Amino acid sequence: MDRRLTAYLLRRVALAGVMLFGLVCMTFVIANVAPNDPAALAAGPDAGRSQIEQARRDYGLDRPLPEQFWRYVSGLARGELGRSIATGRSVGQDLARYFPATLELCLLAMLIGLSVGVPLGVLSALMKDRWVDHLTRIFAVSGIALPPFWFGLLLQLTFATALGWLPTSGRLSVMTEPPDPITGLLLTDALLRGQWGVFGEGLSYILLPAIVLSFPCLASILRVNRAEMVEALRADYVMSAQAHGVNPWRIVCVHALRNAMLPTLAIIGLRWGWMMSSTVLVETVFDWPGIGLYAVSSAIAGDFKPVMGVTLIIGLNFMAANLIVDLLYGVLDPRLREG
Amino acid sequence: MGRKFRLALWLLSRSFASMLGIALVVSIVTLALIGPWIVPYPDHVAGGIDLANKLQPPSAAHWFGTDEVGLDILTRVIIGARVSLLVGVAITLSAAAIGVPLGILAGLLGGPVREAIMRLTDLFLSVPGLVLAIALVAALGAGIVNAMIALILVWWPGYVRLAESKALSIRSEPYIEAARVAGASTARILWRHVLPNSLSPLIVKMSMDIGQAILAVASLGFLGLGARPPTPEWGAMISIARGYLPEWWWYAIFPGAFIYAAVLGFNLLGDGLRDILDPKSNRG
Repeated sequence: MDRRLTAYLLRRVALAGVMLFGLVCMTFVIANVAPNDPAALAAGPDAGRSQIEQARRDYGLDRPLPEQFWRYVSGLARGELGRSIATGRSVGQDLARYFPATLELCLLAMLIGLSVGVPLGVLSALMKDRWVDHLTRIFAVSGIALPPFWFGLLLQLTFATALGWLPTSGRLSVMTEPPDPITGLLLTDALLRGQWGVFGEGLSYILLPAIVLSFPCLASILRVNRAEMVEALRADYVMSAQAHGVNPWRIVCVHALRNAMLPTLAIIGLRWGWMMSSTVLVETVFDWPGIGLYAVSSAIAGDFKPVMGVTLIIGLNFMAANLIVDLLYGVLDPRLREG
Repeated sequence: MGRKFRLALWLLSRSFASMLGIALVVSIVTLALIGPWIVPYPDHVAGGIDLANKLQPPSAAHWFGTDEVGLDILTRVIIGARVSLLVGVAITLSAAAIGVPLGILAGLLGGPVREAIMRLTDLFLSVPGLVLAIALVAALGAGIVNAMIALILVWWPGYVRLAESKALSIRSEPYIEAARVAGASTARILWRHVLPNSLSPLIVKMSMDIGQAILAVASLGFLGLGARPPTPEWGAMISIARGYLPEWWWYAIFPGAFIYAAVLGFNLLGDGLRDILDPKSNRG
């Protein structure tokens, strides 16, 4: 590995570290500078005055702010995120329990987004300014404009209620025994244990929420891929390949698409975090037992610590995805190592 | 200006998507402006109860049916346009009013000022907006005003980024050099040269952001963290309507269709404007 690449990678990782510290600072500020009394937030919505004072002492909220901040940061370093009032468990435990469901949903949604968005983007670029292109454009803007919660309700009404093809909500029927966890991802676990029935059932439950979640991401991938393909198809190397009589399929799929995929990669990194944040809406509609639903039900109940925990987790995912993309970019595109 | 404006209009009119966007935006704005005078049941605007007519399906008397306390959904949805548009515009304008000056300052001054402003911006952009807004609302308390404050707080950094990159690229242009050599003050350079030249991408972004802000407010309303009933806010209406699905489907369908139409309209308009005003920009 050459020195410039190493320097680029190190700089990116260091920057991510700084951002992570900033994120921790920000959650601390939200919790402490908010007009509400942090002790009242920590004690929960139904706490009396003495309970609030108790919480103030228990959580060290009567100490000076710098000391509180130190305790907060060192607690986070040990994985302590506080306690959820509603579930009575530590937020860390809750997150470990709910995160795999969200991860599974997002992974499938990303898969749908890529496998539909890329071909549509290519098609739309090949049919530039024809009706297919106009149609995909409206489709793509719809991906951003369609309220996910309403789209979810529409799909439920159509495919669950009217047609009866798919279940309305949840992750598995209450009668079905989930597979013993290996990865925590239900579909993968069912496959690894060879439980095909459970796999099929899990798939029928995850399909609608994954489609809803994938839609904005799909639209974004489609548009970037289209713009990049239009650009690539005009490039000199494509013209020269055409002049050499290379098979048109090969030109589109190999020469042009390979160059168009790099910006698509950047979009995946950006979209991963946004997708996780949309789970608060999609999981609420589909009663999907992930961190999004956990954050919303906690926020409504005035249970503050879980909301902060989910904010940290999603922020972390967002940063990690961007970091990975930046690093991959550095490896794939030597021009970036300069700056 | 007249010529350029006519050219822009002609270019817009050639695109079906842009015309659809303009039609949707004009309809929503018109509804919001004249809503209170055209609604069929003006006394249903502020709330109230008419249990004899609750959960009626769409009919000649109630085109969109009625809700769980007998209020006319068409009336509520039309007034909802007023609420959503007002909130969407207010969030976007406030965010731009905070972000644009900061961005121009950062781009023009450079040095430690720029570092400080841009790092803070990066920090806010490092968490997806909706999650940050939920965290803020959880701290501030649910309600439409707090939802607005939260969304303004997560929205301004985008404008800093935009204005900074514009100011940075304009800073080295010869006409800025010329103005400076001619003795123009920094304020004059900012006002007369930098701002007008950053206007196109700003207009595009604001058009799209009004749509996205409407969607974000509706999302918070749907989650029960934004507007509360009896405020006729689209997201909050769907939140309640969800409990009446699937039997009373019209209750959730119509407010949602209006959100979609409004957000689609502003996005298509922004998209069309971008093609005309800012053709070189990246289409993320």
